[in-house]
Amino acid sequence: MLYILRVRFIVYVLTIFLIPFFALAVEPNEILIDSNLEKRARIISKSLRCLVCRNENIDESNAELARDLRILVRERLSVGETDKEIINYVVERYGEYVLLKPKFSLTNILLWFCGPVMLIFGFFFAFLSFSKNRSSEDIVLTTEEENKISELLKD
Amino acid sequence: MIVEFGHLALIIAFCASVFLIVVPTIGLRYRWINFTNLASPLTISQFLFTLISFLILMSAFVRSDFSVKLVAKNSHTLKPLLYKISGTWGNHEGSMLLWVLILTFFGFLVACFGQSLRHDFKVKVLIIQSTIAAFFYAFILFTSNPFERYSIPPFNGLGLNPLLQDPGLAFHPPFLYLGYVGLSMSFSFAIAALIEGKVDSVWARWVRPWTLIAWIFLTIGIALGSWWAYYELGWGGWWFWDPVENASFMPWLISAALVHSAIVLEKREILKSWTVLLAILAFSFSLLGTFIVRSGIITSVHAFASDPTRGIFILLILVVATGGGLMLFAIRSRDLSSRQSFSVVSRESALIVNNLLLVVSAFVVLIGTLWPLFSDLVFEKRVSVGAPYFNIAFTPFFVAISMVLPVGAMLAWKRAKLNQTVFSLWPALILGVALGAIVWGFQTGGRILGPVGVSLATWLICGALTDIWVRARGNTVTKRISRLIRGHRSDFGKCVAHCGLGIIIFGISAITAWETEDIRIVSPGEKYSMGQYELQFLGVRQYQNQNFMTTQGEFRVDKDGEFFGSLLPEKRFYPVAGIWTTEAAIDQSLLRDLYIVLGEAQDDGKWTVRTYVKPFAIWIWLGALCMALGGILSISDRRFRFSAGSKKVL
Repeated sequence: MLYILRVRFIVYVLTIFLIPFFALAVEPNEILIDSNLEKRARIISKSLRCLVCRNENIDESNAELARDLRILVRERLSVGETDKEIINYVVERYGEYVLLKPKFSLTNILLWFCGPVMLIFGFFFAFLSFSKNRSSEDIVLTTEEENKISELLKD
Repeated sequence: MIVEFGHLALIIAFCASVFLIVVPTIGLRYRWINFTNLASPLTISQFLFTLISFLILMSAFVRSDFSVKLVAKNSHTLKPLLYKISGTWGNHEGSMLLWVLILTFFGFLVACFGQSLRHDFKVKVLIIQSTIAAFFYAFILFTSNPFERYSIPPFNGLGLNPLLQDPGLAFHPPFLYLGYVGLSMSFSFAIAALIEGKVDSVWARWVRPWTLIAWIFLTIGIALGSWWAYYELGWGGWWFWDPVENASFMPWLISAALVHSAIVLEKREILKSWTVLLAILAFSFSLLGTFIVRSGIITSVHAFASDPTRGIFILLILVVATGGGLMLFAIRSRDLSSRQSFSVVSRESALIVNNLLLVVSAFVVLIGTLWPLFSDLVFEKRVSVGAPYFNIAFTPFFVAISMVLPVGAMLAWKRAKLNQTVFSLWPALILGVALGAIVWGFQTGGRILGPVGVSLATWLICGALTDIWVRARGNTVTKRISRLIRGHRSDFGKCVAHCGLGIIIFGISAITAWETEDIRIVSPGEKYSMGQYELQFLGVRQYQNQNFMTTQGEFRVDKDGEFFGSLLPEKRFYPVAGIWTTEAAIDQSLLRDLYIVLGEAQDDGKWTVRTYVKPFAIWIWLGALCMALGGILSISDRRFRFSAGSKKVL
């Protein structure tokens, strides 16, 4: 058993030094010199999905495809395109699936407005049942009576 | 042979659960006390047989009995003992067995310690609990039997996924399951109450501790998971809005709402139907979470297709429990009217606002999680919903909760005077705004998130402290302190848990707004600086461990020209699975984490290195710990001990 492990270990050491195993998220050689452009590149990369990964953006992904996309984004930034133009270009090429933040479109209306609408309805119903409750209220103390009670309680 | 006994024990437990559904139900119908008396012993035996079955499976893992399919597929002789044990639940079949074990454990607790419950009610609770269990036994036995054997056992196993070979993750599933399944208690109580058509403060007094226990376990489980992601998954992300994470976060949000609404029900006998609805929803979200995780349908539609029976079975359980529960609710909730009244400005209203915000935020997470599936099925359009969506759609609700919380927590019941409460909260508000402004002034061109986070956190923490200070009425400081010490533990619990929320919010906004990053290629001996630290890369060395091989980089860290410490990030290779993992080196302190990851090897012994300074990172988990601690303090309050409601009125 130990022998097998040792062989494996040698193979492993060889692997490390002979074969670059995979491209990791943003490599130093990808980084743009202009720090403002780089900052924008990072923000854009964080909103684009790595198409071959499970719920990962291209900024964090180790996949080869993600690396290509990162470089593409940076090339376009260097040419002077705006963030919007770049994102549109990527969407055109890979489809809306690439966006981690879905567009405000008719089909996504439920996705974007469900929360606020639910909250408004919630408050509406709460208020409705509240006022219904209110009308059935039997005894309401006047301030005079309340003062009297608090005075009595003081003793 | 012993493995077959495990299988047999599971079958017996299944039979006991079916028996428990049938016999006491007949007993309830015809008032045969001998029949209903069977409920408790049957529940206890159900638990014991499931426990036996689980322990036998665990022993198969510990002994590395590779004639058992499950062990061969998920274990390996070279694994440390800890991961052999945790391997028991590190797979589909074993985790479902753990699920049902915990489910019967909660039933067992009711059977043993539920003396103060009225007999009929207790029997009903046990029957419902057993019905859920029966479904899961059937699920395990018919679709995912953990005791299946190979006729010819393999020489060695395939090993556990290396990502799961970590102490943080080894204990993460049991905690989460204790939380998920703990919510089944509130569900069973809710259904039993609907059947009887009666919900009152004694009911709430029972439901609240159960929900609180589940919520505490969920909090710890989620925190462990996020902690693991932080140091194991690479770049120090701690929350990815992954469907699997959302699956545990949604029940957490709903159970947090339920804990609060149960207070209202207990104190004021209002919000009856709402609380019952929440109890049903909370468990439905648990089941939904189980479905999402176990079927894999959200992460990939193909995962579902690979084994549809399992997914469909859990979906069936989900539909029966949720649909049945909601239907019963629709029929019976009208009986649960309450006649108490309260004014717009009152604790009741504040807690209603809290509930609305929590529940709506849970539904936002739900919609975001299910949307890719929905869009694909309905519009035939593939979309992704990721972190950027959740950050925008979810955060506002929690900002709103944090703003309202300190005021709401201090309002009096029934009818409150707003200016009185606000008056005592002025210092907290001023301090919060002032600290936010100071931070805003000091940071140069950073994001608005930092100052806002600081303000909110200060407001929450000072608000919680003000609350407990005002509560301990007294003229002198010593009098107040002595009253504080003798005060109710649940008041402390409330204070600590709310402080925990503040601490988490501070940690999250600090790490998001002020994190700094450095990516570079270094050669051995090279120095570089990161903030106030001087780092020197000394080189890498390789060695082998019991079940992995590692490349370890060594970094010397200097601060102000003096030796500060050394950091040893690793890249590990697990030969059994053929998987690489990164082990970040983290120097942790209250103020910042220094976080180094070893990247890719370059030519000439150079390496890519990522260095991060993550300010106040640890506060996120400290906050979560505070929340859990707050929950524990609340439960330990004498007023909520189970015997407290000893009058048999329920």
